[in-house]
Amino acid sequence: MKRSGIASIKARKGKDRLVYWFVCLFSFLAMIPLFVILYNVISKGYKNFNLNLFTKGTPSSMDALMAKMNGEPIPGGILNGITGSLLIVGMAILFSVPIGLSVGVYLSENRKHKFARIISFLADLLQGMPSIVIGIIAYAWVVKPLGGYSALAGSIALTIMMLPMIIRSTEETLKMLPQSYKEAGLALGSSYTNVVFKILIPSGFGGIFTGILLAISRVLGETAPLMLTALGASVVNWNIMEPSSAIPLLIWDFYNDPNLVEMVWSSSLLLLIVIFLLNGIAKIVARKWKV
Amino acid sequence: MKDKIFRFLLFLAAVLILLLTAGIVYALVSRSTEAFGEYGIWSFIVNPEWDPRPATEEYGAMSFILGTLYTAFFALFLCIPFSFSVALFNGEYFKGMKISSAVRSVVDLLAGIPSIVYGLWGFYTIRPLIIDLGINAQGFGIFLSSVVLAIMIIPYASSLSTEFLSMVPNNLKEGAYSLGATRIEVIRHISIPSSLPGIVASYILALGRALGETMAVTMLIGNTDRIPQGLRDTGNTMASVIANQFGEADGFKLSSLIAIGLLLFVITAIINMIAKLIMKRVSRL
Repeated sequence: MKRSGIASIKARKGKDRLVYWFVCLFSFLAMIPLFVILYNVISKGYKNFNLNLFTKGTPSSMDALMAKMNGEPIPGGILNGITGSLLIVGMAILFSVPIGLSVGVYLSENRKHKFARIISFLADLLQGMPSIVIGIIAYAWVVKPLGGYSALAGSIALTIMMLPMIIRSTEETLKMLPQSYKEAGLALGSSYTNVVFKILIPSGFGGIFTGILLAISRVLGETAPLMLTALGASVVNWNIMEPSSAIPLLIWDFYNDPNLVEMVWSSSLLLLIVIFLLNGIAKIVARKWKV
Repeated sequence: MKDKIFRFLLFLAAVLILLLTAGIVYALVSRSTEAFGEYGIWSFIVNPEWDPRPATEEYGAMSFILGTLYTAFFALFLCIPFSFSVALFNGEYFKGMKISSAVRSVVDLLAGIPSIVYGLWGFYTIRPLIIDLGINAQGFGIFLSSVVLAIMIIPYASSLSTEFLSMVPNNLKEGAYSLGATRIEVIRHISIPSSLPGIVASYILALGRALGETMAVTMLIGNTDRIPQGLRDTGNTMASVIANQFGEADGFKLSSLIAIGLLLFVITAIINMIAKLIMKRVSRL
């Protein structure tokens, strides 16, 4: 504190207060966007947020135009997007959870191994990968060889995004468990398999499950990788080999179609509700099953 | 026996990650060779031309590399006063208090909002403001994208720096207080210097986020295939040009887009590795 001898106490205290108010003001300003975004989405989205949204597929641009000219609400919803998101994200969960859990257990059980360190490094590398690049990968791996866009390609892309998140959260959670848990199980003569399934995973359930929920909520809103893989469809599709829509893909379509553009808000509202619900559940789970 | 199989299965899953990464690198490299082979790797990178017209077809990445760097660094610059204030608020001034966990939850929720919703919000709410301010006529461009990107990366930059700030040992700070230091003097001379590597690492990670962000930027940057002339100009980032033109591309154009994807992958990987290296150093101390 070289200069403190020169500055008067008053000046130093004044500076202290000034910085304090600056920090408070800018922290407050940093929170405003969330409320503005929520306000925008809710105030513009609630009008079209009705039963139709969940029961009908996307209307054609023509129908929407006719309805608009007659002053009627847009006749249709995003059922194809909802089912598409369920299909694509559902499959991604099926792929990523078992693999992610296994890798997470492997990494926490072999902390000192060189191979485990390499895998851990690669998981970091995957986690930092931009989602559009992951879209290219799934395009090259699945869309090209199979000769067409498909829901499967979309879920492969989302799987690559979810894997590192699940691996990390599983590994971190299991590392926090005391070694004595495992040793006690082994000392009682339990097999290693049983120790993992009956002791390690159940005791770390909170952290592991939270990680999975957060990974799901992260990929639910992903648009870019799906544009290159699942493409989109205007009807409900349950065939994994066919192109499929998803809620974020529909938002993108609506945004680009002047006749349907009003529907971006109700779709975004639904997407935000689901994502925040998942986040909320994740928080509760994390608090309840704390390690 | 059963245990052996189980251990082997866990090992196999880990090997799968190795194969996955190898497959990713292979897919990107093998599909970029057409473009790199035609133009040469270095000349593809430094060529600012992007001309898809069949007669004069020519592709280079420089416009998009510069567009990406402009938007990402300007966004980082804009986000610093906000994210650093949040970090000081949560990690220093109100550390461990109820109000700090409230602020943290609100800021964390920002990270949950999908990129496409940020894009919509930027388009309908921020763009009119940019036009009113007279920054440019249409509102689209580097400036608009950076403003929205800055908001998107606040949670990433602030949550990690908060952690590093709150790890500063109390006895160091108490020593300074007992010598008569004011709070800001303690922050400047004790808290920030001793957590600086961690704070820098969290900003590098936030930069990595900004570099790869796709949808919001695609909707806001104006999508012009040339080197942006300053912050008011329109442009394209590496991610946004892929998102925009991948659908109708084939042949050289497709390969060039994938080559840009490979470059983006390499850039973000290097940025993330630097951040992780710094953080590993810090946690070992």
